[in-house]
Amino acid sequence: MKAPTNAAMTTDRRRFLAVCLAGTGGLTLGFPLLAPRTAMAAEATFRPNAFLAIGGDGTITATVPYAEMGQGAMTSIAMLAAEELAVAPAAIKTVLAPGDNKLYAHPVLGEQITGGSASLAGSWMPIRKAAAAARIMLVEAAARRWGVGAATCTVADGRVHHAASKRSLAYSELAQAAASVPVPADPPVKTGGFKVIGTAAPRVDSAAKVDGSAVFGLDVRRPGMVYAAVQASPVIGGKLGAVDDKPALAVAGVTQVVRLANAVAVVGRHTGAARKGLAMLEPHWDGGLTDLSTEALVKQADAALDRKGVTAATKGDVAKAFAGAASTFEADYRMPMLAHAAMEPLNCTVEVRDGACEIWVGSQVPGRARIDVAKALGLDEDRVKVNSYLIGGGFGRRLQSEWIVQAALIARQVKAPVKVVWSREEDTRQDAYRYHNHSRVRVALDAKGNPLAFDHRIVAPAIMLWFLPSLLWKDGVDVDATNAATGPYAFPNLMVDYVRNDPPDGLLVGNWRGVGETRNGFVVETVMDQLAAKAGVDPVEYRRRLLPPKSRIAVLLDRLAQETGWGKPLPAGTTRGVAIQSGFGSHMGLVAQVRMDGGKLKVERMTAVIDCGIAVNPNVVRQQIEGGLLFGLTAALYSNITIADGRVVESNFHDQPVVRMVNTPKIDVIIIENGNDPGGVGEPGTAIVAPAIANAVFAATGKPLHQLPLPASMVERV
Amino acid sequence: MGNAVKLKVNGEIHDVDAEPDTPLLWALRDLVGLTGTKFGCGVALCGACTVHVDGLPRRSCVTPISAVGEAEVLTIEGVGKTPVGKAVQDAWLKVEVVQCGYCQAGQIMQATALLTADPAPDDAAIDRAMTGNICRCGTYPRIRAAIHAAAKQRVA
Repeated sequence: MKAPTNAAMTTDRRRFLAVCLAGTGGLTLGFPLLAPRTAMAAEATFRPNAFLAIGGDGTITATVPYAEMGQGAMTSIAMLAAEELAVAPAAIKTVLAPGDNKLYAHPVLGEQITGGSASLAGSWMPIRKAAAAARIMLVEAAARRWGVGAATCTVADGRVHHAASKRSLAYSELAQAAASVPVPADPPVKTGGFKVIGTAAPRVDSAAKVDGSAVFGLDVRRPGMVYAAVQASPVIGGKLGAVDDKPALAVAGVTQVVRLANAVAVVGRHTGAARKGLAMLEPHWDGGLTDLSTEALVKQADAALDRKGVTAATKGDVAKAFAGAASTFEADYRMPMLAHAAMEPLNCTVEVRDGACEIWVGSQVPGRARIDVAKALGLDEDRVKVNSYLIGGGFGRRLQSEWIVQAALIARQVKAPVKVVWSREEDTRQDAYRYHNHSRVRVALDAKGNPLAFDHRIVAPAIMLWFLPSLLWKDGVDVDATNAATGPYAFPNLMVDYVRNDPPDGLLVGNWRGVGETRNGFVVETVMDQLAAKAGVDPVEYRRRLLPPKSRIAVLLDRLAQETGWGKPLPAGTTRGVAIQSGFGSHMGLVAQVRMDGGKLKVERMTAVIDCGIAVNPNVVRQQIEGGLLFGLTAALYSNITIADGRVVESNFHDQPVVRMVNTPKIDVIIIENGNDPGGVGEPGTAIVAPAIANAVFAATGKPLHQLPLPASMVERV
Repeated sequence: MGNAVKLKVNGEIHDVDAEPDTPLLWALRDLVGLTGTKFGCGVALCGACTVHVDGLPRRSCVTPISAVGEAEVLTIEGVGKTPVGKAVQDAWLKVEVVQCGYCQAGQIMQATALLTADPAPDDAAIDRAMTGNICRCGTYPRIRAAIHAAAKQRVA
């Protein structure tokens, strides 16, 4: 890549903050979330990608470049802007950014992606800088009007004040004048003395979600719109064969049957009619992987465990360590396919008209969806518009956009805006599943049972090769799959190798909340307890010895032990298990307390400690940890998507159970406060559950668990 | 067409042009235009579509409009006008229950029905009433706390 010229860099710096008059006669400005990269620095037009607008009517609007799927992105961004503008977070109106990969690229991920628990880390500096610049310009505008020095002015409650002359002006009165003030090159942001950051400010999205007025993708209404129900081939990779559309068209309210290469859709005046019409069809499905079964896929992944993979990480001399070991440990692990099962089934509203396409949807990748739809419809990208809406649970499913393309292909055949709504069965059977992940761990031990070498072979699909290759595919290794493969521990010798094992063509796989850390955390943390047991050492103490002293994770482990009274007697019949993890820029620990009664497992209590640096909103942090733990608990107890005769077996919540209120354990979340930059909190909770519970069961039974979900014989369904 | 059915929703009469077997859920959402009631599973397994029919919680995804007749339908858009519903919504905000928020309309309707029938439920009663309502964000502990808070506020 060519190095940028000095001229280009100067231009870029000058354009670092773009200012223009907003439509409302106010100030609009944006800071790039992305520090100028060499490739972009040479572009003639700077495209800022986070926006703050102050209207002449006093409305302060922050554009949220991320999806809001419950993780609190809107609240966090309002808080960051509010801090620098000296207003209450509730005074800031947040709007979800439309799909645009250039304008709203995440600074690390490089595209408009909401994933990896990285939203807050991505907005931490840029949003505050945008707001700080706005404040400086508003103050300057006031100072000029009054003929006083800017340094003698202060801001509070949405106004600029000049105490000496007892004058003040509202931001709304200054917005237009502020737009002509030179833009500060690198506005300083507050480094302490926060008034908003660190407070449990009320979520800005709660009120509308409590009174039914919040608009999710499912709730979009367009003039003249129609509704569609769709079924894609239940046979993985199958195509639509013959289908008699008469029975559907005979249903009152049904207006059209639409055929796609691998799906059939029924369109009607309302979703009830469309669903009824679809149920009347008896489509034939051609081809596909009719012989495919879970047994075959598991066997394939098991076989891959015997293959040498690509080295992902190495330290020291593992072979030598094994040659001199007093004893060794070895175990194979198996993790199943998982669905996301968000509460809001996939849905998408599309209108295709006059060579253009407009989409109303909740997506974790709206910029990518725009590109994919443009490609599928043969349109230029600027002829496709993606409007963003609230998401009723993402969990990684909406990092895929094939379902948005499907809706666009249906809409192309319909002469009205059409809302395509998947059934729960479709949502379950056409998911982008987390795929089978198997692991083999070998550990060389000294005479006292301390690890000399940790050797972890990971069998996993190459998700990142197509999802985010520039960042997370390196030299034949899926960086996510091999992430956290040796835990936070300082092993003297280690080896991680990656054996690529892709699903057959036609079986869609993808990202699932907790990603690599979730799989590897289960493996590493349950191995640790087995090693501790073998060495006759307490599991917390065994871990402590392997952690860098005074590191954040070591401090966290001590706090976790202290908070849970680790080592003290437990109620009769209960045991507990510990797990720790560093990931997503945060550190996390969990102690799970369980009761094994007649071979049945009851998870009674989970106590979590999280160090996520500065907790911008401690309430949102707690919510994310509580929710992440319960999401992980569902997976640990129940989740297992299976395939028979080429079809996904599970379909709805009866055969894909989830944790409900009645089997929700008591949960405590402790936040370690420190001044480090904010880390992610959406996924650590999910990642840490299974190992803590498996370790608690191991403590009760003495039998290690190497497979998820936990044995069905152990788990009662509710 | 010509299947106009009268539905009484949140105190207002709506003419709905749909077959009698149309689930109340879709009549409310697509024809009446009240989208606060959500679709989750279609077979009464998740509770996202819960509304009140003559004061009792009903899964609107499996309730045909023919079964509603002249009964009063109350949805999330109208529940705040009832004292119990208002107390529940206030408690939801106070406890900061909401994450993605998609299931919360159903949760609130279910909780309002519970507190109407039992003004001071214990944990076991809350479990019994609420276990049919799924939340994938894991807000259950806060829902429980909010129900207790609403009960307390009602009693106080």
